[in-house]
Amino acid sequence: MSAPAGGPSAGPRLTALDRAPRADAHERDENYQPVFVNARRKELDELLTRYPTKMAALLPALWIVQEERGWVSEPAMAEVAAVLGLTPAYVKGVVTFYTMYHQHPVGKYFVQVCTTSPCNVCGAEDVVRAFLKQTGASDLGATSPDGRFTVIEVECLGACGFATPVMINNEFLESVSADRVPSIVGALK
Amino acid sequence: MGFPQKSHPRETTVLSKHFGDPDARTLAGWRNRGGYRALEQTLAMEPAAIVQMVKESGLRGRGGAGFPTGVKWSFMKPGDGKPHYLCCNADESEPGTFKDREIMRWTPHALVEGCAIGAYAIGAETAYVYIRGEFTEPLERMTEAVREAYAEGILGRNALGSGKRIDVYVHKGAGAYICGEETALMNSLEGRRGNPRIKPPFPATAGVFGQPTTINNVETLVAVPHIINNGAEWYKAMCLGNAKSTGTKLYSVCGNVRRPGNYEVVMGFPFKEFLYDLCGGPPAGRRFKAIIPGGSSVPIQTIAEAEATVMDYEGFVACGTMLGSGGVICIDDAQCMVKQIARLARFYAHESCAQCTQCREGTAWTTKIMERIEAGQGTAGDLDTLLDIADNMTAKTICVLSDSCAVPVVSGIQKFRDEFEAHIVQHRCPFRPATAAAVAA
Ligand SMILES: Cc1cc2nc3c(=O)[nH]c(=O)nc-3n(C[C@H](O)[C@H](O)[C@H](O)COP(=O)(O)O)c2cc1C
Ligand code: SF4
Ligand code: FES
Repeated sequence: MSAPAGGPSAGPRLTALDRAPRADAHERDENYQPVFVNARRKELDELLTRYPTKMAALLPALWIVQEERGWVSEPAMAEVAAVLGLTPAYVKGVVTFYTMYHQHPVGKYFVQVCTTSPCNVCGAEDVVRAFLKQTGASDLGATSPDGRFTVIEVECLGACGFATPVMINNEFLESVSADRVPSIVGALK
Repeated sequence: MGFPQKSHPRETTVLSKHFGDPDARTLAGWRNRGGYRALEQTLAMEPAAIVQMVKESGLRGRGGAGFPTGVKWSFMKPGDGKPHYLCCNADESEPGTFKDREIMRWTPHALVEGCAIGAYAIGAETAYVYIRGEFTEPLERMTEAVREAYAEGILGRNALGSGKRIDVYVHKGAGAYICGEETALMNSLEGRRGNPRIKPPFPATAGVFGQPTTINNVETLVAVPHIINNGAEWYKAMCLGNAKSTGTKLYSVCGNVRRPGNYEVVMGFPFKEFLYDLCGGPPAGRRFKAIIPGGSSVPIQTIAEAEATVMDYEGFVACGTMLGSGGVICIDDAQCMVKQIARLARFYAHESCAQCTQCREGTAWTTKIMERIEAGQGTAGDLDTLLDIADNMTAKTICVLSDSCAVPVVSGIQKFRDEFEAHIVQHRCPFRPATAAAVAA
């Protein structure tokens, strides 16, 4: 497919799900230390009282891992499996279904820009291009050379009237236009 | 009200009255605005009487399908000895829709109250509010509201001193549109992959954790306290069109429109006046070309069709589309329909859970062909191929995500065939020069 002019919209798109798996020592998370100790263990125990099955605490437990470590490594999946009485394979099956769990380390700032149609007609692709340019990330899903930024396109963020919404880690920015991007990125550097 | 716009005099603000007012978020502020009076009244009533009242009000599900809420509640058999559950669907991911987000951001206690009343009415002691993972602020607001409600004894073992147990828990999703489908949501809540389940059994028989379950949208549940406070007749009277569609509806308006936001109007409002008077019409110098009135899964309307539409469940159907979730996507004459429909197809391809062949393959091939046409490499047979694929994707799968991908393609080819053909004949996107110029500028 010859790429027409127009940047990210033209080529194949990368999402958190399609990134090619890499497995250097860092990504194998060889020095893994358990997450569910002390306060985090207590938090999980409290969560378990909310559901009639242990398995129901799986998504919340994975969120705790990601909050602590920034991503969900295989040893983390094994730990979650052990505390909830599941198998590591089962946990991996669930992790891979959901786009928000990072299966690889990501940049310090994980930037998600909505480009679905309602935002697309308002110029969302210009916002994506501006983020790639300002952060120095070579492509969608790739982390910038300084390790600080990963930029991806995402599907509808449920804030279409505030086009274009951008999520940077847990922060939700509304009505971002391409010309606002340099100051947003500048403030993070 | 048209948040973030100012309230328009022709709106009827019942659910959105306090949008933009931070004081309404706190328990004290909410009580000053009449909060939790309905729950108190409810707990003194028989559950069957509440179900009957909601039935009489004519309230229908605001999540997309428009099923009568009271009827859905009446499927839950009292005294069957099983635990019952209420699931509140706050997964809001249908492109064009952002109303539940504002309800939770500004009036979280309204949803806590709606959940508590709903749970009591269906004989449940536990309600789960499943919020999409990207909604960080709504999640925070809801968590705080639930915390306050427990601290004040509104929720818990002895809800409002009634001797009845009502627990409400907030549960965070992790990024998957399909988890808004009711049985996928239940699987996700159970800690599984979010694959929809084959029905039957229906949730009222075997839902979450295998127990009788009712699932309702956020907007549906927040309407209930108002019905309890003001009566079914009051709710039913909010209707300009026909008696089958009652109450107010929040519409999320987005895309190429002068005043995007959430507008609340009574059922039966004229769509033309809505689009031009309330929402301000298209951006300066442009015209509306197409409107998708109920979120991306409903048929696309030409602007002429939209202008003739009455805004209620039957009115949208009479004009070839559906009310859906109330996400009004406006598309102006500077946009390429082929590009936008290709983008929607990509959305569905990305979000397909992939367990049905027709959906997994159909969404992927539809996207490839649509993007090929948009890039100027379509062939004369492509439109027939697309329609054939769409036919194979419709009414054949476990859930309707597959059908939803076919809908914009079929209605787009029907109504904007000239744009598709122009791409194929000219071997390029006729709208591209304008886009390229905009990029260079
Ligand atoms: C693919 C798909 C996605 C859906 N997403 C949502 C959603 O995000 N929010 C919602 O309330 N309903 C959604 N629904 C509809 C739900 O399945 C269900 O009908 C609704 O939550 C019932 O609540 P109601 O009767 O109050 O409308 C979706 C349906 C499908 C097929
Ligand atoms: S239609 Fe698509 S999304 Fe729905 S169950 Fe089948 S594969 Fe999954
Ligand atoms: S389409 Fe961008 S937030 Fe909905």
